[in-house]
Amino acid sequence: MNLHEVYSKRIFGDYGIPIPVGELAKSPAQAQQIAKKIGFPVVVKSQVLVGGRGKAGGIRVAKNEKEAKQNAEDILNLTIKGLPVRMVLIDQAADIKTEIYLGITNDRAARKPVIMASAAGGVDIEEVARKTPDKIIKCHIDPLLGLQNYQSRDLAAGIDLPREHWREFAKIAHGLWEAFLESDATLAEINPLVITGDDQLLAVDGKMVLDDNALFRHPDLEMLRDTDVDQPAEVQARENGLSYIKLDGDIGCMVNGAGLAMTTMDIIKLFGGEPANFLDIGGGASADKVAAALEIILADSSVKAVLFNIFGGITRCDLVAKGILEALEAMDSKVPMVVRLVGTNAVEGRKLLQDAEMETADTLAEAAQKAVAAAKGK
Amino acid sequence: MSILVNKNTLLLVQGITGQEGNFHTEKMVAYGTKVVAGVTPGKGGEWVLNGKIPVFDSVQIAKDATGANASVIFVPARFAADAMFEAADAGMELIVCITEGVPVSDMMRVRSFLDQKSVRLVGPNCPGLLTPGEAKVGIIPGNIAIPGNVGVVSRSGTLTYEVLYALKNLGMGVSTCVGIGGDPVNGTDFIDTLEMFQEDPETERIVLIGEIGGTDEEQAAEYISKYVDKPVVAFIAGRTAPPGKRMGHAGAIVQGGTGLAEDKIKALQNAGVKVAEHPEQIPELL
Repeated sequence: MNLHEVYSKRIFGDYGIPIPVGELAKSPAQAQQIAKKIGFPVVVKSQVLVGGRGKAGGIRVAKNEKEAKQNAEDILNLTIKGLPVRMVLIDQAADIKTEIYLGITNDRAARKPVIMASAAGGVDIEEVARKTPDKIIKCHIDPLLGLQNYQSRDLAAGIDLPREHWREFAKIAHGLWEAFLESDATLAEINPLVITGDDQLLAVDGKMVLDDNALFRHPDLEMLRDTDVDQPAEVQARENGLSYIKLDGDIGCMVNGAGLAMTTMDIIKLFGGEPANFLDIGGGASADKVAAALEIILADSSVKAVLFNIFGGITRCDLVAKGILEALEAMDSKVPMVVRLVGTNAVEGRKLLQDAEMETADTLAEAAQKAVAAAKGK
Repeated sequence: MSILVNKNTLLLVQGITGQEGNFHTEKMVAYGTKVVAGVTPGKGGEWVLNGKIPVFDSVQIAKDATGANASVIFVPARFAADAMFEAADAGMELIVCITEGVPVSDMMRVRSFLDQKSVRLVGPNCPGLLTPGEAKVGIIPGNIAIPGNVGVVSRSGTLTYEVLYALKNLGMGVSTCVGIGGDPVNGTDFIDTLEMFQEDPETERIVLIGEIGGTDEEQAAEYISKYVDKPVVAFIAGRTAPPGKRMGHAGAIVQGGTGLAEDKIKALQNAGVKVAEHPEQIPELL
């Protein structure tokens, strides 16, 4: 789950990391009021969960109240990479002398968090990693020990940070680690961490991504979820305990199991069709879940055929068949459907569907081919 | 001979009195697995499955009373790390964690701790292990595989079942099926399992089922080219998955240009592995 800059910085602030004085505004008038309170110059920053806000004109400096109000109005009317700007952060503008990158993420292959620092701050860190990887200093953090003092000293030395800033930098690095650890983040990033004109360190921008699997122990953070980044159907699916991702094609899929669901999408493509979605109904799917899933798939008007691929281990095929029939009765859809059921009670399940005159298939290849043909109107 | 589990495995079930634990224990017992104990803190002294299996308050007590040497965990995500720590601390040789949704920071801590002990963890977020005819540790249906000489290792659940079933329908049997699970940080990866299959006299051919996300398959490809001389056939799911989206499994995500299905397929092919275009093709490629 991605967190907006404003919330990420507030969390950083809670852990002793210096952040600019700033406040959220949802209207130009509010922006003007806040800017006046803070004092000029201010930066008006769109709050959207994508990169490249600056290039899209979503970050602007304002030198007076009129500019603050106008900038806010312009920015609140923007859509950046498909996301509408609903709020802006009004931050006191910093006098930036030097920009540093400081971030913590998980190194999956190493199975440890890794803290990274670079003197090339304020730019896309992935590009720095690609072009000049030696400019990034990395230290792996032991999951059981946490970030050690000698590690933050190594980072400071590695980026040639002037001695007088080492203590403050260490405090920020450790604050960032504590924030990362205690929020169950998979990324906590300050880019840029600046040295100001009067020689202070300041986190001018902040970003956090949280582990979805850990949100159960952070209900306060889960409340900050911005659902604009998710398709409405994805939100609905999540609420029903389903895993759903919208794609661009016209063949809807309902499958039990993530690997099998990905495979089903792949096979549709292999036989010349385009999948409309990824949908995993999980194990032991009940009739309600199947119905909810079908509703979400059919709500997508571009769907011209639906392929069900169910391998029943714990999941009973006859119950899935009942669920499909129940859902269809309630929905009255004319979209052609192909059902492939294998495993526990598959014979009973198939019989129920054949009695209802639904197209069935034995193999995955056969099911995909039938679905592709059905979508083409054959 | 198989790997990891066989008819001599003495299994205890953590979370045995929960819905999932109870349901699957019944199936494991029916398959012939020697389930000797269950653990649910606070329910020590009870019995499950009509008086067949004793329940204990802790893994240590259960182990001392029954000699259990392996554990399967059916405990909810918020308690799973604790269950894994407990099992390792009590001296279990093998821990299989079925639970999905374990926080990644928990798993990094579990791995760090377990790496200091000689215990093998499989999972989490996995269907477990199946050695046909001998032992079922987890939720892989017992009736979709027959004993044989193909070793199967997979990140998936039902996709694995498809492959086992396809093999069975052509009379091909399995030595052991290992579900390593769909999480980004887990107990056993492809290389760990390939090493065991390479050493196992009963395994003559290997099937590897991967998916997008991470670099486990690429690293496995390098390992195969150096150390595995048994034929390997693979299938990689997620060729059509969009970047940046978590496709169900926590570990199934293409990020920053890494973890793409094409890259995995290429790496495996370069290592001499035959990669199927769809899972039903696997038996003919073997």
